[in-house]
Amino acid sequence: MSQHYPALLVTVPLLSALLISILGWLSRRLCFPVAVAALCVALFSSVGLLFRVLNEDVVHYFLGGWAPPWGIAYRVDRLSAMVLVVVSAVALINLIATRRSVEREFPEKIGAFYTLYVLLITGLMGIVVTGDAFNLYVLLEITALTGYGLIAMGEDRAPLASLNYVYMGTIGACFYLLGVGYLYISTGSLNMADISAILPSLYGSRVVLVAFIICMVGVFLKMGFFPLHAWLPNAYTYAPSAVSSLVAPLMTKVMIYVMIRLILTVFTPTFTFSRLALNHSVVWLAVIAIFMGAVLALGARDMKRMLSYVIIAEVGYMVGGAWLGNRAGMTGAILHIANDAVMTLCVFLAVGNVVYRTGGYAFEDLKGMFRKMPYTMTGLVAGGLSMIGVPPTCGFFSKWYLISGGVQAGQYGFVAALVFSSLINAVLFFRIIEIGYYEPFGSDHGHGPAPAPMEEAPLSMVVPLLVVVVGLVVMGAYTGDIVSGIIAPMIP
Amino acid sequence: MSDFFSSVADYYNYLIYIVLMVIGLYAIIAKKNLVKKIVGMNIFQTAIILFYVSIGAKRGATIPIIEHGHGEAVHGAGSQAIKAAEYINPLPHVLMLTAIVVAVATLGVALALAIRVYNRYETLEEDEILAQLREK
Amino acid sequence: MRTLGILVAALTCALLFYAMGDFPPWADPGSAAHTHVSPRYIEKTMEETSVPNAVTAVLADYRGFDTMFETTVIFAAGVVCFFILRLPKKEGPIFRRYRHTLTGMTIRVKCTRKIPPVLEEFEMIDNLWAPHDLIIKTSCRILVPFLQLFGLYVIAHGHHSPGGGFQGGVILGASMILLAISHDLRTALARMGEKVHALLCPIGVLIYAGTGALCLVLGRDFLDYGALAGILHVDPVTARSHGILIVEIGVGLAVMATMIWIYNNISSRGEYDEGL
Repeated sequence: MSQHYPALLVTVPLLSALLISILGWLSRRLCFPVAVAALCVALFSSVGLLFRVLNEDVVHYFLGGWAPPWGIAYRVDRLSAMVLVVVSAVALINLIATRRSVEREFPEKIGAFYTLYVLLITGLMGIVVTGDAFNLYVLLEITALTGYGLIAMGEDRAPLASLNYVYMGTIGACFYLLGVGYLYISTGSLNMADISAILPSLYGSRVVLVAFIICMVGVFLKMGFFPLHAWLPNAYTYAPSAVSSLVAPLMTKVMIYVMIRLILTVFTPTFTFSRLALNHSVVWLAVIAIFMGAVLALGARDMKRMLSYVIIAEVGYMVGGAWLGNRAGMTGAILHIANDAVMTLCVFLAVGNVVYRTGGYAFEDLKGMFRKMPYTMTGLVAGGLSMIGVPPTCGFFSKWYLISGGVQAGQYGFVAALVFSSLINAVLFFRIIEIGYYEPFGSDHGHGPAPAPMEEAPLSMVVPLLVVVVGLVVMGAYTGDIVSGIIAPMIP
Repeated sequence: MSDFFSSVADYYNYLIYIVLMVIGLYAIIAKKNLVKKIVGMNIFQTAIILFYVSIGAKRGATIPIIEHGHGEAVHGAGSQAIKAAEYINPLPHVLMLTAIVVAVATLGVALALAIRVYNRYETLEEDEILAQLREK
Repeated sequence: MRTLGILVAALTCALLFYAMGDFPPWADPGSAAHTHVSPRYIEKTMEETSVPNAVTAVLADYRGFDTMFETTVIFAAGVVCFFILRLPKKEGPIFRRYRHTLTGMTIRVKCTRKIPPVLEEFEMIDNLWAPHDLIIKTSCRILVPFLQLFGLYVIAHGHHSPGGGFQGGVILGASMILLAISHDLRTALARMGEKVHALLCPIGVLIYAGTGALCLVLGRDFLDYGALAGILHVDPVTARSHGILIVEIGVGLAVMATMIWIYNNISSRGEYDEGL
């Protein structure tokens, strides 16, 4: 069984998505259990795969039994195994946590919702395990299409936001596809390992150079990296809360994984950092992204929009870290993929709980929340502390690596941006704490209104949130092991 | 001068795809009408399909269907006679079948979204929608 | 926006022209694209899959995994269109207009939401109703069976000639869409209801992915059709050819159903007849 883990990862969710789609027309009650079962299998096989990879270094799987470069091969190394575990765990927790709100928001279309949900995860897992450049494009489109659909079902402006996402996402995917075409025309291969074996003799070719630039632009568009981020805030803000808390932690992070995969495996760091003089300009773009994200987050009037801008800043962290061109920066970027996924999940789940109880996510809806929903607010604060980078939580460690990478590379602008954004995050989350805690008492009535009764979200929403909070601290505690066991062997 | 013409003849497929692609890109960014943007998106995708398919061409070769392959299919025995130079490259065609399907799927989803937008705002002009949003 | 558009377009244009100089000339048989991976597909397709059409062999076998996801993309698009457009059922009575076909008189009737039976001398007029045109209706009705026959031929003959599941599925879907355009959506839905095409769509993909999973259960890699040799009682190479046919049928079903599904949702703005 264990030799089939790479195939199970992707095909079990795919088959279950089809099954859910059929069940949606026959018995709606069965959709949710099937989705949970599918993601459990996916989580189980990705954890199994992680342990295999730790022993065997690289696991190959030939789909259809054809050896690469003729067939499509899955190639799992430590980096992809780690991202797989993160993706499947985040998806499973979010699935369980959002059951109630999904049932309330789409009572008629539960089958279609879970079909798209599981298909989205299938696509993300496929992107992470695949070793074929073109296969990645197909999976990219699966995640994108399901993402458009899920986001469009949000409130009011969601279809318009989603349509803008369609335009930008399609351009991004097409640029990536064109880049793959350029690689194909110059190497004659589509397999990533094969391409990187052929490329060194072609480093002087203008086609390869342009292929690299186009691929990167495509991926930057998809992840919402600074000048190309315009679609992101609206799409993530107006999406249904169950979708925001899925898409926000995973989509951008997986796209950053793709970028790192392209740099590390396909084009190799030698080409990226020595042949091109681009890395300084990309780091400076990242600096602007972080500043912009932080400032715009400060101006946001509701939590989801604020968090969307924080995500733009976080994307800046990871892109900047990866393009610093040294080990510490790359380590920080990879570590931050995992950490940022968990902390984004944490804050978005907390916001989802608030939306479930109050129906809104503006700052005013938070008044008196610490009394009303103490556990949810604990989750929100814990996620916030991690985003600020307070030591026991995992956010501190990846930021530490990023900053030391910036210092080593002499990119003090990047270091300043990281510190600035941490300060802004502190302001943002302390403002939330202030609103949630003090507001009802400082009112003009003098004695303040009667304390609101405790009205916590249902247990099925609170428990997963608290699990994520524990995860934040645990991941922080095991940072050393993650770095030495998984990330360090990946970086040449 | 003849050099120039021969190089244009050698590269004309790339020229055409670049022109098409730029038209599509311009339409997506600059057009105000949401459906025109969708059309631009499709032109953009078609340009890339054209590029790939033109990679598959091979001078002096025919379509990649092995002749005399029907009937008493001779595995192994017939393989000596098959020369790769006689048939064009099948791979770009396969890839573009996928890309066409993706383009169709994206088009369907984009049109569905445009319908939702129209239901909500009664218009497909981006500036009118933005004006409506600003009024609120 | 316009300046930005020109700027971005010019930049892209410059970048792509910059790379063009290093491209191999058009249709150069010696370029890397033609010499590295693809010769094997052409030279070994008969030997390894016994399918003369190299495109079909690469599509459904060598790169069959891509194609499975390609079918999934179509399926996802169908589900997305349904998800964002389909309107839920509305409660309460409704007014319907009926036209008496013999006299041309139109009457307005208050009735329940349930779809009424088709009456012989009356026809329902609503936003799906299309005025009569005898020539169009008749010629399309005659055309539809031939279209469907041709679609089946294209699916089944994909091994030996250009064609296959996608092309055939689109033709089959187009035949039903033609019926819906020339008559009205209700006529097409009477032939093939929403539930039928909404179920056929995942079933088609399931045939594909299920074949792959069957290979895995039989002890080979996912989608390695050679594993089917034992079940089909043929040698592994012929089993590959049969496996390709099976998945092409799945693809054909899925594509046909999705095309109809997307068309129905978009053309009726998700209302179909009466809501979910």
